Amino acid sequence: MLALPRSILTPVAALAFAACGVLTPNGPDPDQLLDGTVDGMTASQIRQHFAGDEEFGRRFSVAAGLGPIFVATSCEQCHVGDGKGHPAFMLFRFGMEGGLDFNPLTELGGPQLQQRAIPGYPPEVVPGSATGVSGFLPPAVTGLGYLDAVDDTTLIALQDVDDLDGDGISGRLQLHRPTELIEAALALEAQGAPALAGRGTLYDGRYIGRFGKKALTVNLLHQTVGAYHQDMGITSDLLPEDLFNPQAGSRASDDVPDPEVSSSTVANVVFYLKTLRAPPRREANDPEVLAGEQIFSDIGCADCHLPTLVTGRSEIAVLDRVTFHPYTDLLLHDMGVELDDGYTEGLALTSEWRTPPLWGIGIQQNFQGGRAFFLHDGRATSLREAIGYHGGEGTASRAGFDALSATDQERLLRFLRSL
Amino acid sequence: MGLRPVPLGVGLALGLFAAPLAGQADSTMAQDGLYDRPFIGSLSNTSIGGYIEGNTNYFVEDGLSEGFSMELRRFNVFLFSQISQRVRFISELEFEHGTEEIALETALIDFEVSPALILRAGIILPPLGFFNQNHDSPRWDFVERPLVATDVIPSTLSEVGGGAYGRIVLGDLLLSYDAYLTNGLGDGIVGNELGRTDVPSGKREEQFAGDNNGSPAVSARVALRKPGFGEVGVSHYGGYYNAYGLEGVLVDERRWLAISALDVGASVGRAEVRAELAYASIDVPPSLVELFGDTQWGAHVDVVVPLWRPQIAGYPTAVVSAALRVERVDYNVGSFSSTGESIRDDVTAVVPGISFRPSAGTVFRANYRYHWTRDFPGNPTNRMAGFQLGFATYF
Repeated sequence: MLALPRSILTPVAALAFAACGVLTPNGPDPDQLLDGTVDGMTASQIRQHFAGDEEFGRRFSVAAGLGPIFVATSCEQCHVGDGKGHPAFMLFRFGMEGGLDFNPLTELGGPQLQQRAIPGYPPEVVPGSATGVSGFLPPAVTGLGYLDAVDDTTLIALQDVDDLDGDGISGRLQLHRPTELIEAALALEAQGAPALAGRGTLYDGRYIGRFGKKALTVNLLHQTVGAYHQDMGITSDLLPEDLFNPQAGSRASDDVPDPEVSSSTVANVVFYLKTLRAPPRREANDPEVLAGEQIFSDIGCADCHLPTLVTGRSEIAVLDRVTFHPYTDLLLHDMGVELDDGYTEGLALTSEWRTPPLWGIGIQQNFQGGRAFFLHDGRATSLREAIGYHGGEGTASRAGFDALSATDQERLLRFLRSL
Repeated sequence: MGLRPVPLGVGLALGLFAAPLAGQADSTMAQDGLYDRPFIGSLSNTSIGGYIEGNTNYFVEDGLSEGFSMELRRFNVFLFSQISQRVRFISELEFEHGTEEIALETALIDFEVSPALILRAGIILPPLGFFNQNHDSPRWDFVERPLVATDVIPSTLSEVGGGAYGRIVLGDLLLSYDAYLTNGLGDGIVGNELGRTDVPSGKREEQFAGDNNGSPAVSARVALRKPGFGEVGVSHYGGYYNAYGLEGVLVDERRWLAISALDVGASVGRAEVRAELAYASIDVPPSLVELFGDTQWGAHVDVVVPLWRPQIAGYPTAVVSAALRVERVDYNVGSFSSTGESIRDDVTAVVPGISFRPSAGTVFRANYRYHWTRDFPGNPTNRMAGFQLGFATYF
């Protein structure tokens, strides 16, 4: 019989422990993550969510149609862990002020800069005629399904264009003229929606924008095909023409047949975005956090960063008429000269920005390389600095924050970090 | 000191058709990797052999597991023929994951002018580091190949080309050299489906039919071997990798790839130590730098210590060994222009294990693998660990 010496038994025992799970890593605290599904989905919905997740992470190669000009090679590259992106993947948009409308300089490759290009193809540069350039950090994508399911009537009721309530805040809707793309995106989404769903309605002859720093897109399908096209140079059924660099002096693009992603791929990614869970709270019931939440309301932050919204009817049962807490009103607000980059989209002024949701702000550093970059272009590296940039309609709240005692300021910041 | 070419007989004695000296760093000369394999079956002057490897996988990544699975990685068939006294042929056909990937990894002829000068042509294994020419699974005590040898050095790198190799005695040292021209790697190094600079993605099926840019790659390795101690080699692979011309007209910048490697195999007491360090420098289009790194490096150190030689009838060389691998690869050395902070995208792994070799050409191995990866921006480290059981054998 073979007798095993101790020198054999020791490593064997160690390996056996590994097999038993003793030496395998635990996952990070779920409260420190953004990804995950909304609770209560059916098996087929979970399957579609993960199909979309896979496509969200897919890195496009040149052979698969990347570019020829682009910003990133995958959705996930910008939205790491479904969170707010790193400055390395900043989108730059440019245009020229003058005349009646802001000129997006489409003939020079505007409004979005594709600063990267496949080998052998020239990337775009911001043309000298641009008078405004704005950097857009990729936003977190969790909880978007809730925002997508808010009815138009809810948003219409929230706006206060002429500040009739006299609170110094006059949020207004971003409105877009009907285009073939917008109407196609709304029509496709309406196909699967309940009959009484109240999204994609015309208001003053225009459609309501709700996604993007300046609410450029009307729903998640519109946002997704736009991102495939403008961020990765990937064509779809709704945007089948490949990007090219007008500054290159030719219409040459890539040789991959269009569309480069199928309609089902796009549908899966849209479903994935719709069914990502709302960002988790931490220490939500801590007395100091609750006190900070009250201060947040008292000094007027909650007038734009509206704590609670309710979804309308949704074909996804778990998103149907649900109360949720995004801390946004999805409206445009004038944020003053310090946040005016001289660039705009739609009806927004150059100083107007759509209120960004604050949910997830307390853990966004987990997705930005360990260091948080706040505001639309990451110019603020602390919450305190970000508050300091609030001008225009945010001036009173900023002053209110400055007037707080150090203790109350810290309570407010703790509340924000709990989101 | 006089220089003496090593006679062919010595080369044969070093391993040709002998049982492989698997896992013994001092015994296997890098240059002999191709022929230092057992062959069975013989028809006249032609021999047939090969190897097979398989393993199980159970991994947990950040608390989540896909469960247990089994994998048949490779089934490789060798053909060898001693065509005449000074001409020989060898080939290797690889079936990876069943028939998922079938590749002709080697098909070459050697013409021996003298032991100091052997001419080689065909589908060759460029002599970059040690592993590329010695990648047969039964030689190794680990289930996984070293990351540096698969991700920085794109093993198995086989290319069409030709050149020469040989060996010369320098006193009590043995000097070996290899030098080849090959068609080289292609554009996929940048703009591939991994979204990062990836040298293996530059491998092209089309290179068996021709070069993509008319500019061959150069590879060379020089090694010194001291019997009883081991071998130290330095190697280099370089060339333009992109298709920069169309019908003779320059349509893109010429972009250069250079990989340098240092490999060491030595006996240190009872331990056999095998280490490899590689550094890659890649000329990346300016708009893609950062996203696609222009510098990569990686290294591994393997230590194998025999623990026990069980007395098993019919297996006089049976041995149980402890093994430890430490490895690291940085896929993108650089810093962000936007923040000034370092770009991450790296992996570090520790792999302890045990192996059992009933004979030199067969190995059963159990590995525990723990590895840490950091993504491109440097977000919290992703941790993965798991357990692998595997086997590999020549036949």
